[in-house]
Amino acid sequence: MAQARGVATSRSLFDPAILSRASVDAFKKLDPRVQFRNPVMFVVLVGTVVTFAESIRRPSFFSWAITVWLLLTVLFANLAEAMAEGRGKAQADTLRKMRTETDARRLTPDGSELRVPASDLSQGDTVVCESGDVIPSDGEIIEGVASVDESAITGESAPVIRESGGDRSAVTGGTKVLSDRIVVKITAERGKTFMDRMINLVEGASRQKTPNEIALDILLAALTIVFLPVVVVLDPYSLFAHGTVNVIILVGLLVCLIPTTIGALLSAIGIAGMDRLVQRNVLAMSGRSVEAAGDVSTLLLDKTGTITLGNRMASAFLPVGGHDEKELADAAQLASLADETPEGRSIVVLAKERFDLRGREVGGDHSFVPFSAQTRMSGLDMGSRHLRKGAAEAVKRWSVEQGGSAPAELDSVVERVAKAGSTPLVVADGPTILGVVELRDMVKEGIRERFDQLRTMGIRTVMITGDNPLTAAAIAEEAGVADYLAEATPENKLELIRKEQAGGHLVAMTGDGTNDAPALAQADVGVAMNTGTNAAKEAGNMVDLDSNPTKLIDIVEIGKQLLITRGALTTFSIANDVAKYFAIIPALFAATYPQLGALNIMGLHSPTSAVLSAVIFNALIIVALIPLALRGVQFRPASATSILRRNVAIYGVGGIILPFIGIKLIDLILTATGLY
Amino acid sequence: MAYALTIVALVVALGLTWRFLGAYMVAVLEGRMRWLGFIEKPLYRLLGIEPDAEQSWQRYSISLLVFSGVSILVTYAIMRLQQFLPLNPQHMGAVTPALAWNTAVSFVTNTNWQNYLGEQTMSYFTQMNALVVQMFISPAVGIAVAVALIRGFARKGSPTIGNFWLDLIRSTLYVLLPISFVFALIFVGQGALQTLGGPVHVHNALNGTTQTIPRGPVASQEAIKQFGTNGGGFFNANSAHPFESPTGLTNFLSIFLLLSIPVTLTYVFGKMVGSVRQGVAVLAAMIFFFGVWTTYTTVAEKGPNPAVAAAGVAQPRGNTVGKEARFGVSSSALFGVSATQTSTGAANSAYDSYTPVGGMGLLTGMMLGEVSPGGVGSGMYTILLFAIVTVFIGGLMVGRTPEYLGKKIQAREVKLAGIGVLVMPVTVLVLSGIAVSVHAGQAGPLNAGPHGFSEILYAYTSMSNNNGSAFAGLTGDTPFYNITGGIAMLLGRFAIMVPVLALAGTLAAKGVVPATAGTVRTDTPLFVGLLIGVVLIVGGLTFFPAVSLGPVVEALTHGRLY
Repeated sequence: MAQARGVATSRSLFDPAILSRASVDAFKKLDPRVQFRNPVMFVVLVGTVVTFAESIRRPSFFSWAITVWLLLTVLFANLAEAMAEGRGKAQADTLRKMRTETDARRLTPDGSELRVPASDLSQGDTVVCESGDVIPSDGEIIEGVASVDESAITGESAPVIRESGGDRSAVTGGTKVLSDRIVVKITAERGKTFMDRMINLVEGASRQKTPNEIALDILLAALTIVFLPVVVVLDPYSLFAHGTVNVIILVGLLVCLIPTTIGALLSAIGIAGMDRLVQRNVLAMSGRSVEAAGDVSTLLLDKTGTITLGNRMASAFLPVGGHDEKELADAAQLASLADETPEGRSIVVLAKERFDLRGREVGGDHSFVPFSAQTRMSGLDMGSRHLRKGAAEAVKRWSVEQGGSAPAELDSVVERVAKAGSTPLVVADGPTILGVVELRDMVKEGIRERFDQLRTMGIRTVMITGDNPLTAAAIAEEAGVADYLAEATPENKLELIRKEQAGGHLVAMTGDGTNDAPALAQADVGVAMNTGTNAAKEAGNMVDLDSNPTKLIDIVEIGKQLLITRGALTTFSIANDVAKYFAIIPALFAATYPQLGALNIMGLHSPTSAVLSAVIFNALIIVALIPLALRGVQFRPASATSILRRNVAIYGVGGIILPFIGIKLIDLILTATGLY
Repeated sequence: MAYALTIVALVVALGLTWRFLGAYMVAVLEGRMRWLGFIEKPLYRLLGIEPDAEQSWQRYSISLLVFSGVSILVTYAIMRLQQFLPLNPQHMGAVTPALAWNTAVSFVTNTNWQNYLGEQTMSYFTQMNALVVQMFISPAVGIAVAVALIRGFARKGSPTIGNFWLDLIRSTLYVLLPISFVFALIFVGQGALQTLGGPVHVHNALNGTTQTIPRGPVASQEAIKQFGTNGGGFFNANSAHPFESPTGLTNFLSIFLLLSIPVTLTYVFGKMVGSVRQGVAVLAAMIFFFGVWTTYTTVAEKGPNPAVAAAGVAQPRGNTVGKEARFGVSSSALFGVSATQTSTGAANSAYDSYTPVGGMGLLTGMMLGEVSPGGVGSGMYTILLFAIVTVFIGGLMVGRTPEYLGKKIQAREVKLAGIGVLVMPVTVLVLSGIAVSVHAGQAGPLNAGPHGFSEILYAYTSMSNNNGSAFAGLTGDTPFYNITGGIAMLLGRFAIMVPVLALAGTLAAKGVVPATAGTVRTDTPLFVGLLIGVVLIVGGLTFFPAVSLGPVVEALTHGRLY
């Protein structure tokens, strides 16, 4: 697969240009209207205003320090979001530059051409493009064939052939015709071309909250709301104990308790998840589909190109009638010398590997017999030798015509090969049938392990193939898929999806043809290949620019990783609160109840240094976790139980322990620097 | 040794109850058990109930709220009018409006908070027809809500969650009444009082005084007091009074009865959702809390009372202050924890006299939300709310839309579970905040300083959890505490029940997602551990500051926390 450039013009997440732009955006996002959308951070902003007012009323180093660090907490959250958006914005800018205003050559009903700006084109117009022209908008080729450079979209520099009729008729606005002339019927509405959508997507302009994100938002809002009374009532409680509480400390406590860590990083995690897909040249039309990918429990995979290499390869020589293997290999190789098909070449290669038979020059008087649909054979005539290879029935008939007869065991060998899911090729030297070459559909290396991983993740794989059930079963067995759909048609594919969904499963599939469209639309995650038709691209909810069906597995993993990152940081954020209580509660009541100093198990220097340390930790942890939020937590395919155990240990137990250490360290630094 | 035997006997008895009463309750709630059909059917006809009519969650909630509202009115009316009603040998006058309100709410919400002295306030008629009736009905309402939520998990694509009236009547008729009847007889056999004969006057010729000893229909109230996790005693001294719990056996049976249904409902849950293991997992979390809190409190009480020690008195038998000599320290602590953690208001010792640490054990046990194992029905549905929150966080951590028992946990479920979990702490904290701020509230506690604060905090924690356990020390029969307490009890009951029923409705309507290796399993030790963690974190984070200012300061003042 070509390393993509186009959309995924890969920049580091911490590219200086992105970083500096994000820093500016972080300040712009201080606008209360922006903050209001995130209740957790909004509370922090309000808290900052409160401590600011208090600092003016009763200035002290402590109150100003808290105010500054609270403001930094908000800024760090903004920075995280701005950084997540940064790469997308940079990519959108690049795409906008590529979408240069081009002229289109619109065909008028009388057949003449009219030059109009591309932006004036509407659905149903027909335009002409010749070599050198940029295709003005998305459409279908209705006439002609051309090679097209699609690197602007896919990053793949090798040109592709696009022609009218069939599944290769779609062209995309912004791509360039390299040769020939085509007539294109515009299918996209104004402003809704693939390029426009792509810009919106990478920029995050059309980003909507996903169902799980909404659910998590509710949980975070609930936690924020519940901590308000928890903190506010401490004022009357301490009055009852004839003490007073410092409002600065109360605000600090509130900010430390509400889930600021996840609140600050939540939107960044979502944006970065989408961005990770874009990096792999997959455009998800909605965040919802990315999340659905994590939930997928049934994966429909096309056999050809995904599970198998797509070409049948010679895998064994099976001699019959007392001939030996080498004799058969030799004849088969000779018969295949002129055969440029992958099958033919694989026979030459196998003979060379097994018997060190070199592809040789054929001397003397010879002629190659090409394959034809009528004879269903090909071969070589060399002197008196007439070598043929081909379909069993055809070669048998031919050898009988030559005066020979088929050995008794031939039929059983042919049948056995067919049953194993392979294609039998019979080889004859004149009247003598030498044996059978087994052509196998080669399963991709490593695919079996991949499927094993999917199984441990609880995902069922179903192979979709047009092969007969026998062949399908054999390949399914070899590849290790859970199930297969043989002799697949668009109808029974759709039916299979509906059946799986009725059982509560979420289904993901890939497709490219127009007749895949209903199934793509029905599937919960439908990945359309970019090489596919516009109908397919419209029906699916993701487009793979590389047109690589294996990527479906990556998409599932990215979807899961996105959710795991959110869950892990939520757990971490809540677990952090334990240590903050131990830092702040003794400090808050130091004057009223000095006994509570026993809860200062971290041995923090003084009440104010304790509170400040907790607030600083709370702010710095956001910065520290930005890389994790943007990259996503490490994901290894495993069962839910083992992933859960691991993440509970790291983010739950770790989340409890880490702030004890962190707050203590900050306190030590504050003390060592003489601030306290 | 006797204590160890008590524990073993309790575990065996509860184990058998769990299995057999559990199976029986499933049959009752699914309508398969009809041996009292001859009462049931005419009752339905009389009340105009269609036994086959199912209710949506909205109708179910409305039925429940209307029923509870009417119950409050009737109970209130009886108390206000008791001087005109029969069975009033002591000629008790009308209960004051604020106290009648508080008491009516208290018994309808299964709280049994008592701001009155039973034997000096309520007529026999009131005790029997206002209070004991609610002692039967309010746990039945709890069972109804729990089973409605369980049906939400068990059903798929269903617009209904059962029928409130059927659940109410069946739980009362088949479970609460017959079993309480049997145990009331046992209590009578052991010597508990059961009479309508009025008080006796004993003349002491020696010093010339006449003592009035109140009596009444005690045993019949005693069984359901425990079995329905009610706790409202006939006498103010509650289970420490020999007329209520005359022997060691009745003390043991009391503990057994109050734990029975809350524990058994986990079996009902497992059975009805098709996997007893799921019920066992929930039970395991409950047992964990119960075990830890019992141990903690018992150890604290077996140690010396710091105040007594400061007076220079040796305490070889632990903190015996406020304990009934018949039961001793360990058994009292076990009773105390069992009662507070099942939201039963019963007591056989004075909790106010526990050591600061022991008192903290009782208080924090309630603060966990009464899930260890909690009250009849309420413990079950509350721990399921926590389980939903746990599944949500755990599910995200494995990268899949969270599911519990095949039901997707999404925004609506998180919202409802969140409300259900957080209503109680917010109610407790805010009402305590008001109480310490106003004169009427400040006048309540007997003690000043942190212990006084503990008394207020304990009262609202008890009422908001529909527990009814009293720390004593707080003068509760004032308009302020009667009214705010009533609000706390109503919120703690219905502001949780309605979200639970809404949850039942949404869950029932959902389809079922088949479990795969990618699903978080909810019947494993890992999940149980996570559930325990979530309950502890939610309880800990909301109550840490408040507890610090009460029992923690007290304990630290005396130099130790454990």
